[in-house]
Amino acid sequence: MTLEEKVKQIVVDSLHAEASQVTPAASFVNDLGADSLDQAELMMNIEDAFKQYVGDNIPEEDAAKFETVGSVIEFLKSKGVPENVD
Amino acid sequence: MRRVVITGMGVLSPIGNSLDTFWNNAVAGVNGIATIAKFPIPEGFPVTIAGELKDFDPARYMDVKTARRSADFTLYAVAAAKMAVDDSGIDFKAEPDPYRCGCTVGSGVGGIEITEKEVLRMERGRTAKVSPFSIPEMIANMAAGTIAIEHGLRGPNYGVVSACATGLHSIGAALRLIQHGEADVMLAGGAEGPICPIAVASFAALHALSTRNDDPAHACRPFDRDRNGFIMSEGGAVLVLEEYERAKRRGARIYCEVAGFGQTCDAYHMTAPMPDGEAGARAMKSAMAEAGVDGAAVDYINAHGTSTPMNDKVETLVIKKALGEEAARKVAISSTKSMTGHLLGGTGALETVACAKAIETGVIPPTINYTTPDPDCDLDYTPNTARERRVDVALNNSLGFGGHNAVVALRRV
Repeated sequence: MTLEEKVKQIVVDSLHAEASQVTPAASFVNDLGADSLDQAELMMNIEDAFKQYVGDNIPEEDAAKFETVGSVIEFLKSKGVPENVD
Repeated sequence: MRRVVITGMGVLSPIGNSLDTFWNNAVAGVNGIATIAKFPIPEGFPVTIAGELKDFDPARYMDVKTARRSADFTLYAVAAAKMAVDDSGIDFKAEPDPYRCGCTVGSGVGGIEITEKEVLRMERGRTAKVSPFSIPEMIANMAAGTIAIEHGLRGPNYGVVSACATGLHSIGAALRLIQHGEADVMLAGGAEGPICPIAVASFAALHALSTRNDDPAHACRPFDRDRNGFIMSEGGAVLVLEEYERAKRRGARIYCEVAGFGQTCDAYHMTAPMPDGEAGARAMKSAMAEAGVDGAAVDYINAHGTSTPMNDKVETLVIKKALGEEAARKVAISSTKSMTGHLLGGTGALETVACAKAIETGVIPPTINYTTPDPDCDLDYTPNTARERRVDVALNNSLGFGGHNAVVALRRV
């Protein structure tokens, strides 16, 4: 599974979003209908899935910049997550 | 004082997921208790029976997102509220002033299964990382909050918490809010989702539950000599309470009037009822006094009738003290818990629905599983078979852990 596929899967599960709408450009709030609680849960699930790269807690200042699915993928790449994940 | 009537009712119970199914089964004496299916029963678990909902699908009543972030009691409350609103014919979206419409729907133990799940998660993960939904799902006022969101109700809104009296206190609170002009329409009731290991084990530890695990259909036997505890159940009921003149103006179908409400506390013991029943009787008398009726005018009492040795004995005393010995012998009493089990915070609302239906239909639902009389319980509990009887005035009793006594009086309009 690629990193992008993995992130999309976590977004679909966390936000109960339609898979076809979860594109890199999709905005969590404007396109996928996420509220603050959804975003907190999404962050937790991202942390759980990529613990070895991001540690137990993604800092608030990083998480605050996550507006789109793509921004999360870019952040994870910057932390050394490879293109292909389990 | 403004008058208040019931114009809609919604029910989710172990004997039916709608008002009509619940009532038809209650009149037919259908049992709703069975072996617990909701969780795998651990080895050596002391109580293995409960009253569970059958085929409940939250998606029929709310969107997937609301359902996914709600504890069971909230799911049941939202579903019952939707059915009650549909039954009333009110379109809250078209109400001119949403601040005149409110909600008092409570729960006894709230989202206890959420607390259980998140504590286990902390323990297993050795971390403080828990779901951001833990608190919003768990807090016992979230049923009222979610119902408000679903229907756009901006008026008085809170969750009442008084254990097994919650549903009735919620109705009493709504009654007062409308009488005093703070609101014109209230969704009132209670719901409970307690079928999870920690809640069942905890009530079992109190020795409050029936351990007749091998015979669930006959485990709940209120007022019978061989009763040995109550049966935990899930579900809920919500009623639409509406100011009388407004209900008449819009041509609403009026089930009956909420004519009186009484509330007291035993101030005696955390879980045991006051032995002489004085405080419970005072609550019944207050409800009758407000309704302007004496004991002889009461046609039906839906008893709290939990099937514990103490409750049913003391409640019999309570009824005699409140109505007077002679009237107590003539009134028709029943415990619909014999069929539904005990919905804890939902029970007062569910049984108020039963009283309203008794007034509407002229049928008293039975107390099933009644086989052996108990000298301490010597009134007419409508044993085993429903009975036709015109009902002009009905009372519903709820007696909760903490010594809370609540009684509502309903009257034909």
